[in-house]
Amino acid sequence: MSTLLEVNGISVTFDGFRAINNLSFNIGPAEMRAIIGPNGAGKTTFMDIVTGKTRPDTGKVLWGELSRNLVGMNEARIAQEGIGRKFQKPTVFEDQTVEENLLMAVKNKRGAFSVLFWKPSDADMNRVAELAAEIGLANELMRKSGELSHGQKQWLEIGMLLAQEPRLLLVDEPAAGMTPEEREKTTDILVEAAKTRAVVVVEHDMEFVRRLNCKVTVLHEGSVLAEGSLDHVTSNQQVIDVYLGR
Amino acid sequence: MLKRLLVVVLAMFCLATQVVAQDAATEPTNETASETEAVALGPMQEVLQSVSELIVDSSRRTIQPAIDAVAGSGLDAAPFVLETWQARDMWQRISDGQFFKAVKAGDGYALTDFDTGEVVATVTKDDIEQIKPNSGIQGLIGSALVAFQLNDPDPAKRREALASLERNASEDLLGVLRASIDNEEDADIRARKERLEKLITITYGTDPANRIAAIESVAGNLDVAVRGALNPLVATRIMAFDGAIPDDVNVARELRVGSEALSREEAYALTDGEPLLTDDALRGLLQANIVDGAVGGVPVAELSDPERRVAAFEALEAAGTVPPAATEDDVDAALDGKVFAAVYSEPNADVTDAAQSALTAIETKVGLFQIFDLGLDALSLGSIYFLAAIGLAITFGVMGVINMAHGEFIMMGAYTGYVVQQIVPNHTASILLAIPLAFAVTFAAGVAMERLVIRYLYNRPLETLLATFGISIALQQLAKNIFGTQARPLTSPDWLGGAWVMNDVVSISTVRIAIFVLALIFLAVFLFIMKRTRLGLETRAVTQNRGMASAMGINPERVNMLTFGLGSGIAGIAGVAIGLYAQVTSEIGQAYIVQSFMTVVVGGVGNIWGTLLGAGLIGILQKGIEWFNPSNTLAAQTYMIIFIIIFIQFRPRGIIALKGRAAGD
Amino acid sequence: MQRSFLIKNPSVMIFLAVLTVFTILVTFSSEAFGAGIISTSFVKTLGKTLCLALIAVAMDLVWGYAGILSLGHFAFFGLGGYMIGMWLMYERTKEIVATSMAQNPIPPTAQEVVDGIGTQIFGVVGSSEFPVIWFFADSLFMQLLLVVAVPGVLAFVFGWLAFRSRVTGVYLSILTQAMTLALSLYLFQNDSGLRGNNGLSGLQNLPGVTASQDYVSIWFFWASALALALGYIFAAWIVSGKFGSVIRGIRDNEARVRFLGYSVEGYKLFLFTVTAMIAGVAGALYYPQAGIINPAEIAPIASIYLAVWVAIGGRGRLYGAVLGAVFVSLVSTYFTGGQAPDINLGFYRIQWVDWWTILLGLSFVLVTLFAPKGIGGLFDLIAERRTPDRHGADLGPDQGSLREREAEE
Repeated sequence: MSTLLEVNGISVTFDGFRAINNLSFNIGPAEMRAIIGPNGAGKTTFMDIVTGKTRPDTGKVLWGELSRNLVGMNEARIAQEGIGRKFQKPTVFEDQTVEENLLMAVKNKRGAFSVLFWKPSDADMNRVAELAAEIGLANELMRKSGELSHGQKQWLEIGMLLAQEPRLLLVDEPAAGMTPEEREKTTDILVEAAKTRAVVVVEHDMEFVRRLNCKVTVLHEGSVLAEGSLDHVTSNQQVIDVYLGR
Repeated sequence: MLKRLLVVVLAMFCLATQVVAQDAATEPTNETASETEAVALGPMQEVLQSVSELIVDSSRRTIQPAIDAVAGSGLDAAPFVLETWQARDMWQRISDGQFFKAVKAGDGYALTDFDTGEVVATVTKDDIEQIKPNSGIQGLIGSALVAFQLNDPDPAKRREALASLERNASEDLLGVLRASIDNEEDADIRARKERLEKLITITYGTDPANRIAAIESVAGNLDVAVRGALNPLVATRIMAFDGAIPDDVNVARELRVGSEALSREEAYALTDGEPLLTDDALRGLLQANIVDGAVGGVPVAELSDPERRVAAFEALEAAGTVPPAATEDDVDAALDGKVFAAVYSEPNADVTDAAQSALTAIETKVGLFQIFDLGLDALSLGSIYFLAAIGLAITFGVMGVINMAHGEFIMMGAYTGYVVQQIVPNHTASILLAIPLAFAVTFAAGVAMERLVIRYLYNRPLETLLATFGISIALQQLAKNIFGTQARPLTSPDWLGGAWVMNDVVSISTVRIAIFVLALIFLAVFLFIMKRTRLGLETRAVTQNRGMASAMGINPERVNMLTFGLGSGIAGIAGVAIGLYAQVTSEIGQAYIVQSFMTVVVGGVGNIWGTLLGAGLIGILQKGIEWFNPSNTLAAQTYMIIFIIIFIQFRPRGIIALKGRAAGD
Repeated sequence: MQRSFLIKNPSVMIFLAVLTVFTILVTFSSEAFGAGIISTSFVKTLGKTLCLALIAVAMDLVWGYAGILSLGHFAFFGLGGYMIGMWLMYERTKEIVATSMAQNPIPPTAQEVVDGIGTQIFGVVGSSEFPVIWFFADSLFMQLLLVVAVPGVLAFVFGWLAFRSRVTGVYLSILTQAMTLALSLYLFQNDSGLRGNNGLSGLQNLPGVTASQDYVSIWFFWASALALALGYIFAAWIVSGKFGSVIRGIRDNEARVRFLGYSVEGYKLFLFTVTAMIAGVAGALYYPQAGIINPAEIAPIASIYLAVWVAIGGRGRLYGAVLGAVFVSLVSTYFTGGQAPDINLGFYRIQWVDWWTILLGLSFVLVTLFAPKGIGGLFDLIAERRTPDRHGADLGPDQGSLREREAEE
């Protein structure tokens, strides 16, 4: 199996606390993966490292067919490489309309000058309409995103993520604070997305993970404890000890 | 040494005897008269009589032999005579021409004989005549006295003599001085004598070997007088030579024409060529020779061109209308074949070399001490910045509240000190009173500000910045309205007025030491409050997690209020301290606010040790930059700020950075 | 394209219309072209106010839209003034020197003229040599270029250093303030080459122009109005498109914009530099009307006042910035000019010259606390525009991202 992202022996220490300890991790080009683990297992730090927010003390993060090392690139550069990230808390630009939010995310040149002289083409507008339909916000395009409900904001953020057309999606607890219907819809969107790209979901909610129906990686104290199907890992005694058994 | 002494003493004797002989030859009548009349003159009286004419004449030009006669008589009474003479207490008895010390006693004068030291008679004023040496003669007598005073049994007199010798040293006294060293028992005076002997040898010595030895012995001595003695030895002047430099000239270095040390014009001025034609002189000449709208055939209108001006001048020169002046070609010709060199006035090359290397050694040592002194200055400046910043370290560093009015709290503290001083005249008492009062005033102001403004703006730092800035300009203007724009003095008590002096190079004023100590006290207080008291614990708790802290029963409102008040109060005390050495104006806070923020930011927000390091770094930097360009403190501040901006590139979170996820961007 | 942009932004049209009417009114009330109701000095005050409005627009772009509270834009304003002042002073002095030298029996050489100018200009700081920075002082074209180039380059270098190391929020404000302080301290020196604390003076006299100040003041008024109009259109154009979207995104959540693949530093740097250039132009128009520029003008306090205007006017909207600058500076002129009547409290007489600053400072605190939208917020009430519901997210738009993170964690 070819790999899209290969995380190789990374470690990072905060003030003597070893948040990630010699972690290695691979994911293919069109794959859904769930990451679970107790608090402090290093899930968010792992995402921070991949997206360039935190620089690891040692190790490599190799990306794509050319196996380029992402360590040392800045966040914007990594995002342009095709890695999209959704935060735990929905972060959309509340002061701007849904359309503006999506237009900002639609894949286009990101340089200051090309953006300054950029005018939306028909293709861009169609893409926005398409995405809006997909995330169920087609009727809300002209509303300020601050006025949306919590679930709608989550979808808008996922929509923005999709608009970037990333090859790897990192999603941090997408289902938090959602109603059951909203969760179902979120699952659909993610499963659909995983058909064409790699999706990594960090989630606490086992129910949600089960519905994703994918390979699961369990993190503990900064390294991989177990990997496999949900049933496989949940039957692992170590996993039960550190996580499920609590 | 002894040999030298002998030579000198002998020389003096010769001189004295010569004078006596001379007098004897020229004034036989006087001699015979006294011989016939006097029964037995004391030996000193005899000496005095031998130069009686000169003494009575009392002329600056001719008096020296008389003084020498007395000083060189070898009699114990000599210093007594000289002192009396110098003090204008020497009188001549008209009847027999003898000299006595006369002191007014009742209606008359008591005469003391110089040889016996006893009162021999009491006479009326009409019988005697006062010898009135003028100040020039008094000086000469003084110099002669020095020889005696240097050996005087009374140490105070010896010191006095040394002081007078230091003021006007001369070659003549070198021998006397040397002779007096061996017998000196007082270690301190002996050291002074030896030092003086070296200085005089360096300047006036005749034997090169002696001088060099003296020069080498003072290498590394920081005494300003030493440098004063050495510097003239290495003074040079520039001279021009035809062809080669003669061997008998002590050359410091050869100079090239056109180099920095010797410009072409300067070099030309050393030759005896015709005066150089300056642009001004050229214009003046041309102006004076305008004939029918043209100068030397060149129309005036064309004279805006420098080349045409020269052409006009040459025409005038050729016609003989103006005296010739050197043009560039003339200068070249004059300089051709000339050699220029900086030449020592001191002819002996060994002496100048020794002086040069001694000076280098001194300069090295001075340089080291200057660096030490600079370090002290930097430390003192750093402690001032630390004082100004420590309140901010609490409000900004710990609480995260950016208070632009912090500088105005410093100002309020300083003005509190000023007002207290108006009421309590005793400076010590007023300072001791001002410190708690300034704390109280600014604490109250801080609490009021926190209650009225800042608590509504927590977590909105930019708005806090703007609102507190509004308060800052209002407070500044208020101070201006109350106290006026002129600077108000805050006088420090006398015990803070002095300075601690280590040597000629290193010294530091007591106020600055006090500020340094105060900074240390503040540091201790800060650490104590933050680490050891309930308030510190609660403050840290509220800052780190407000919700959790209030769940634990801490009242965050109260804690914030008190902490902010504390930070402001400390600013007030800092204001008193800063006011002691700087003028108190309404803008005193503005002078420190940016540096204070820089101190906190450079040190690392939220860490008092960082603030300490930041203050030290900024102090050292500013003093260091000032050292390179001492005349310009404005530029020093400019470069310091630029340095800080660049520093932040490499350590964006300050010297001591909090690490971890919380410190992420 | 321009037309559609203007139609899409009616507020720009309204603004331009108001500005045009105002310009025409002032022109016909002036002593030069009309009834003479408005004195020449007041025309200058109005012209200067328009320049202040222009720099307020620049400040609003960088602070209200991109969230960078720069306390350094007045330094760029001053630099623009210095650049044009150098040419004005050089040429003006050249005229004077040439006139006086024409009395000489012998016509002066070019070097003598230059030396004469040098002595005239730098005599006050004990020098007569032209510093290197005056190299282009005799060329209007080059100095006009420098009006935008010097602030632009300074802003670019400073911005590159600051943004690259991700200094944000109040830290950036303090750093910009330090930069301003450094610049003003530098200019205060006599050997800065710009006449130390004497500054440049006599700038109101245009070289080669014999018309009276009545006319010159109106010309500058027109130029200021034109510059403000162009600056306003430019600013409105910048913020209306996706670029505006991105910079507002940076203001609200810098990290999120970064994860969308935008190089936040590049955008900030672009905006910081462009607004510095606008500030330079505003300064170049302001100081010939003021007649004198000295380093005190550049002191950090001036830049903070600029922030005050924008905040009072209402940040995040361009007309708010203009309103704030015009309102505060005209009211300031009224109170500090001695026109306001004293208030006699019986025991104390309030003289506005002394108390105006206090009033301004306090009203600024009140605006920050109670009317964060400033005067511009009043227009919302009129338009009954709904404000976005933040769902209790208390983090304001001016939040530095650093603070926001800390507030979260």
